[in-house]
Amino acid sequence: MGLILVAAAIMMGLGGLGAAIGVGLLGGKLIEGSARQPELAPKLQVTFFLGAGLVDAIPIIGVGIAMYLIFVVAPGVAV
Amino acid sequence: MAGENQTVSEYIVHHLTNMTYGELPGGFERHDGSIISEGGAWVLARSGEEVAAMGFNAIHVDSMLWSVGLGILFCWFFRRMALKASTDVPTGWLNAVEVIVSFVDNTVRDTFHGHNKMIAPLALTIFVWVFLMNLMDLLPVDLIPYTLSLMGVEYHKIVASTDPNITMGMALGVFILMLYYSIKVKGFGFAKELSMTPFNHWLFIPVNLFMEVVGLLAKPFSLGLRLFGNMYAGEMIFILIAALFSAGLVWAIPAGLLQMAWAIFHILIITLQAFIFMVLTIVYLSMAHEDH
Repeated sequence: MGLILVAAAIMMGLGGLGAAIGVGLLGGKLIEGSARQPELAPKLQVTFFLGAGLVDAIPIIGVGIAMYLIFVVAPGVAV
Repeated sequence: MAGENQTVSEYIVHHLTNMTYGELPGGFERHDGSIISEGGAWVLARSGEEVAAMGFNAIHVDSMLWSVGLGILFCWFFRRMALKASTDVPTGWLNAVEVIVSFVDNTVRDTFHGHNKMIAPLALTIFVWVFLMNLMDLLPVDLIPYTLSLMGVEYHKIVASTDPNITMGMALGVFILMLYYSIKVKGFGFAKELSMTPFNHWLFIPVNLFMEVVGLLAKPFSLGLRLFGNMYAGEMIFILIAALFSAGLVWAIPAGLLQMAWAIFHILIITLQAFIFMVLTIVYLSMAHEDH
């Protein structure tokens, strides 16, 4: 049962790591883009949020599944 | 919390169980000891074992009620506002509706380049409907289920978009529209697109077909699962924070603050997911309309 906690940790950790790199790149490019062409900033922002939402989905789903594993599948181990 | 002597995991499982109406097989022993007569019977599930025993012959009553109810609310409200609209300066709710309509209209104009009068109303419906279903997530997790459990309803989930049946159903609807317009606009070109790209040679037809069909099927699948996963994870975290209240009075204030902080962050997520569902629908339908 203890392995479930390790699984949940890997799930949340690696998911968050990947998404953090992704959103970091995305945000950096957004700033670069809107510094170069400020008049495009609102348009870029919409695309940025769309991209961030797409990237965001996988880690948040991972967190959901991990929470389910920790508190429902292996409830005794957590406490 | 519904029932004082629950463990945390029982509490969570209780909150994640839909109000299910389904057919129990004959001879099944119910929670109160009564036995289903020969031939089976259609009943409301009262426990997790009963839900499991129902199998495929079951419907989630709460998801259907909330999703259809919110859909009707959206149609009624937007129709009322459309009738009220005039050339005068808009006020109150009319203002909000006009902002939403023009926002969706602009997005469709930017993304969709074919000729189809159905896309903008479809996008508006999807956006507002998904948003309303997600918005139920912001109600306190115990408010409606606990009130209903006092009235004798054992299980009730108010967030319809945390039910994969609802989100996958919507994604399936979008998928059928994609197929319909692909065949209508491209005709035989659709079959050609599936079998001749990316490798334009008759020898590669099986490879192309496999790759394109997988790509095609992945679209509605990821569309439905993305919405479901986001809302499910969000709901899960709300429930976990709510479970903190059982840890005693010391935890009441931090838990309340956490609940509020997550709710504020969740406002972004529910709007963003509704927006993404809408934009991806438009993009997929736009791809269906592109005739090469």
